Amino acid sequence: MAEYSAFALLKNALSGNKDWKPAWRKPAPKPSYDVIIIGGGGHGLSTAYYLAKEHGITNVAVLEKGYLGSGNVGRNTTIVRSNYLLPDSIRFYEHSMKLWENLSHDLNYNVMFSQRGVLNLAHTPGQADDYIRRGNAMRLAGGDAEWLNTAEVGRFVPGLDVSGSARFPVVGGLLQPRAGTARHDAVAWGYARGADRRGVDMIENCEVIGFLREGDRIVGVQTNRGEIRAKKVGVAVAGSTGRVMKLAGIEHLPIESHVLQAFVSESLKPFVDSVVTFGAGHLYMSQSDKGGLVFGGGLDEYNTYAQRGNLPLVEEVMSEICAMFPALSRVRLLRSWGGVMDMSMDGSPIITKGPLPGMYLNSGWCYGGFKATPASGWAFAWTIAKDEPHAINAAYTLDRFSRGILIDEKGQGATPRLH
Amino acid sequence: MIINCPYCGPRDLVEFTYQGDGNRTRPQPASQDYPAWNAYIYDRLNPAGDHNEIWQHSGGCRSHLAVVRNTLTHEIKSVEFVRDHGHRKSDGHRKTGAAS
Repeated sequence: MAEYSAFALLKNALSGNKDWKPAWRKPAPKPSYDVIIIGGGGHGLSTAYYLAKEHGITNVAVLEKGYLGSGNVGRNTTIVRSNYLLPDSIRFYEHSMKLWENLSHDLNYNVMFSQRGVLNLAHTPGQADDYIRRGNAMRLAGGDAEWLNTAEVGRFVPGLDVSGSARFPVVGGLLQPRAGTARHDAVAWGYARGADRRGVDMIENCEVIGFLREGDRIVGVQTNRGEIRAKKVGVAVAGSTGRVMKLAGIEHLPIESHVLQAFVSESLKPFVDSVVTFGAGHLYMSQSDKGGLVFGGGLDEYNTYAQRGNLPLVEEVMSEICAMFPALSRVRLLRSWGGVMDMSMDGSPIITKGPLPGMYLNSGWCYGGFKATPASGWAFAWTIAKDEPHAINAAYTLDRFSRGILIDEKGQGATPRLH
Repeated sequence: MIINCPYCGPRDLVEFTYQGDGNRTRPQPASQDYPAWNAYIYDRLNPAGDHNEIWQHSGGCRSHLAVVRNTLTHEIKSVEFVRDHGHRKSDGHRKTGAAS
């Protein structure tokens, strides 16, 4: 398949754009593979890409129940950041950030990664201290963070009321300048194309309905398109982790599925050119290239597998955006939607070998999975290829809960709805 | 979502606080059965379908309620006071290892 380039663009423009080839094949499943990845979302596709690119394992199939990128990779608010406090988190998300910074070149696919900065607003002196501590931890670990005082916040986000008479006065903000946004669908498509070009089979409309076992060992999957055998089976299905793992007889996991809603407004003229988060509630907002404000808040806070939420949360998010930017109170909402989040018990992910022989699990992304897409696939591919975790995901085990070595960024304990 | 509180009648979701998974049973406080404690604190059934869960009518009578709700459709099958629910024997969905 041809490289995408300015030359290819020009050549195809001159021939009426009739000669573009599909970005990936639509192969029928083979009877067996070296590795099967269940889940054709961001993490599954990036895992397949790095298996082929970094480890030379190309006899790989990605099985997707719907179409590629039909789940959370196309439902998030596109934010990429690595502003974490704990060493295990910073190390992992910084690795992800470095992969993001070269991703478009690496994939030969424009993922529109825009390092426009993520600014966390602080509204109390206590919150400011907490953010400054986090910023220092990020800088110690080699990341980037800057503390902005009230006047600097006002210059960085001109639409914000920093006068002191705001409903929640702004005392400052923690800025990560290298953070930003990326075109979420393009990330899925770019990884799919990159994996396809290296020989990986992307099999869409292929739902896993059971696992093939020899004793305890997983040796393949039963799908609606027949049996497919594999030496190794990786599960990267985000909010559906519970449902898929039950097919393998795993009844209990340290995971609850919750719905997270997201919103986009009608198109506006340029209003905000960074990602801003509200510290007196839970809200994060940016503006898309089309002009729509893209924003989201917290979870609906009850277990659900439905990809839709309820109105009380919508009302709460709207009240928060109006508290932050009263000028937006008359802006109309274009769309809202929901995605199912695999909320773990400490708010951190799981990338590990097991829990059954022949099986590998990638889950527990809570609602921070999009920014992790490159590092998640990179580390999961390493774990599958080498049968042991890389240093960046060594802490993300399934047994860390029973061993008492949790990675609890928020210190919330085993209350998944609050992470 | 509307929850039919046995004391107050049907009320909107905003009046209620979700207390989480109701499939878990806390071991006796003096228990040193660590797998049981681990199961109680961290393990979840997380079913796609009917789910036993605990809600509190925090904006109303403040009763704790045992609710069976479908996690695919949000349909609520039953609501009763936790104190009544707790007197019944295990319904088969309780975790292995947890005290009865």
